[in-house]
Amino acid sequence: MGPAGGWTPSDHELGRREVRRRQRRRSLLVSTGTTVVVLGLLLLGLLAAPGWPRVQALFFSWEDARESFPAILDGIWLNIRLFVLCQLAILPLALLIAVSRGTRSPWLAPVRVVAVTYTDVVRGIPTILLVVLLGFGVPALQLEGLTNDRTFWAGVALVISYSAYVAEVFRAGIDSVHPSQVASAQALGLGHVRTLRHVVVPQAVRRVVPPLLNDFVSLQKDTALVSAVGVFDAVYTARDYGAYNFNYTPLVVVAAFFVAMTVPLARLTDWLQRRLVERERAGAR
Amino acid sequence: MSGLLEVRGLRKAYGERLVLDDVSLSVAAGDVVCLIGSSGSGKSTLLRCLDLLEPVDDGTIHLDGVEITDPEVDLRAVRRRMGMVFQAYNLFPHLTILENCTLAPRRAHGVGRREARDRALDLLGRFGLAEHVDKHPDRLSGGQQQRAAVVRALCTQPTLLLLDEITAALDPELVGEVLDIVRDLAAGGTTMVLATHEMAFAREVATTVCFLEGGRILEQGPPDRIFTRPGQERTRAFLRRVLPS
Repeated sequence: MGPAGGWTPSDHELGRREVRRRQRRRSLLVSTGTTVVVLGLLLLGLLAAPGWPRVQALFFSWEDARESFPAILDGIWLNIRLFVLCQLAILPLALLIAVSRGTRSPWLAPVRVVAVTYTDVVRGIPTILLVVLLGFGVPALQLEGLTNDRTFWAGVALVISYSAYVAEVFRAGIDSVHPSQVASAQALGLGHVRTLRHVVVPQAVRRVVPPLLNDFVSLQKDTALVSAVGVFDAVYTARDYGAYNFNYTPLVVVAAFFVAMTVPLARLTDWLQRRLVERERAGAR
Repeated sequence: MSGLLEVRGLRKAYGERLVLDDVSLSVAAGDVVCLIGSSGSGKSTLLRCLDLLEPVDDGTIHLDGVEITDPEVDLRAVRRRMGMVFQAYNLFPHLTILENCTLAPRRAHGVGRREARDRALDLLGRFGLAEHVDKHPDRLSGGQQQRAAVVRALCTQPTLLLLDEITAALDPELVGEVLDIVRDLAAGGTTMVLATHEMAFAREVATTVCFLEGGRILEQGPPDRIFTRPGQERTRAFLRRVLPS
């Protein structure tokens, strides 16, 4: 670890390191201890509740979990595909909306109006309504050449709804880049588009990674809204099972699946963010 | 360990790059220590280590006879006794000048609202910022911002003031107004350690000048000796480069 040059830490420094090691051990001990105690108390409170045996039978039945598992796995696969495809459509669309709000050219005034109206209107409509409107409405139009697949239209509804939210996140990021950055890009002779493309947007995107992740996670869960139009995703499958067997355990299984999908994504983003910070701000405090 | 600040064998490396190498320095109360040397010689890092903004790899720093590089000391308690002014002002842009100056006294030092305000207004007035107290930092010129930053550091009544090239980001015509403040403080007996590129100023206010190169203090002594009869060839070479004629 130490740099070259034949340096060996002094005894004093070694003593300090020992103290720091002790401090780290102590804080690890405290954090583990408090966590175990708090979680233990919560669990105890749950298990001691008078209705626990009944709740356990209804929500935590091992047999029902096992029995519904294969169907839910199929369902969750649909949720995952929906999530990934929607996300891929949302990111560029949202960025486009955000950037078009910041355009200056008078010729692009209609684009600005559309972008503003789009975010205002779409954000005002509950996502589940959009899903129902598009999922049932578009196929009912019986248009030539368009698919009548309800899953597809439910996905489009998610894209429309989320691109409006994500566009606002991008716009906040773009606004947060200091004006001096734009000034120096312009001073270097870059036009408005190139300034955005090479200077502003890259910085903006880095800054909004955490709120973007927030929306991703939200989208992951909201893929469950497609169950509103009778698509057999994980949630609809679980409800279906519950309706036939009078047991809600599959819903808990679905919840566990969603958590299992979200956590790795969160850790990945944390890691990406940390790496960026370390590379760009080394020593600058 | 008699002085206010005693630095012994300080070492600091970033990965493979050695930034401070066996630095020792003694500062008595009322001293004005000027750190000179080219960019990258370790001046700023030394100041940051003194304020415990950077952990040191080896060596000790004692403040008033107490080792502050001891991992058991409360960093905040130590920093409350020091004031630091940065090259880029680092004023809080969301607060007015007055709020910048009362934040630490009120929230870190437990000074009452009225007293913090009076103290800040008094100092701001003394340094010619009376008409700007309710403005936000970005409305002020660089020189005014840096003067405000010095006042912000003074409002906590620090035992030791650390100034990190506070005029380096200023227009030449604004340098004077900031240096005037430092001159006043030096005359008033404030203990300071400052990194600077202003050689004439260092010569005028310093009680001790330290020439740093490659993370080492190559030479230190009273300004008259360092500037007229430097003992080291490297010091002479540096001074030839930075001093006119």
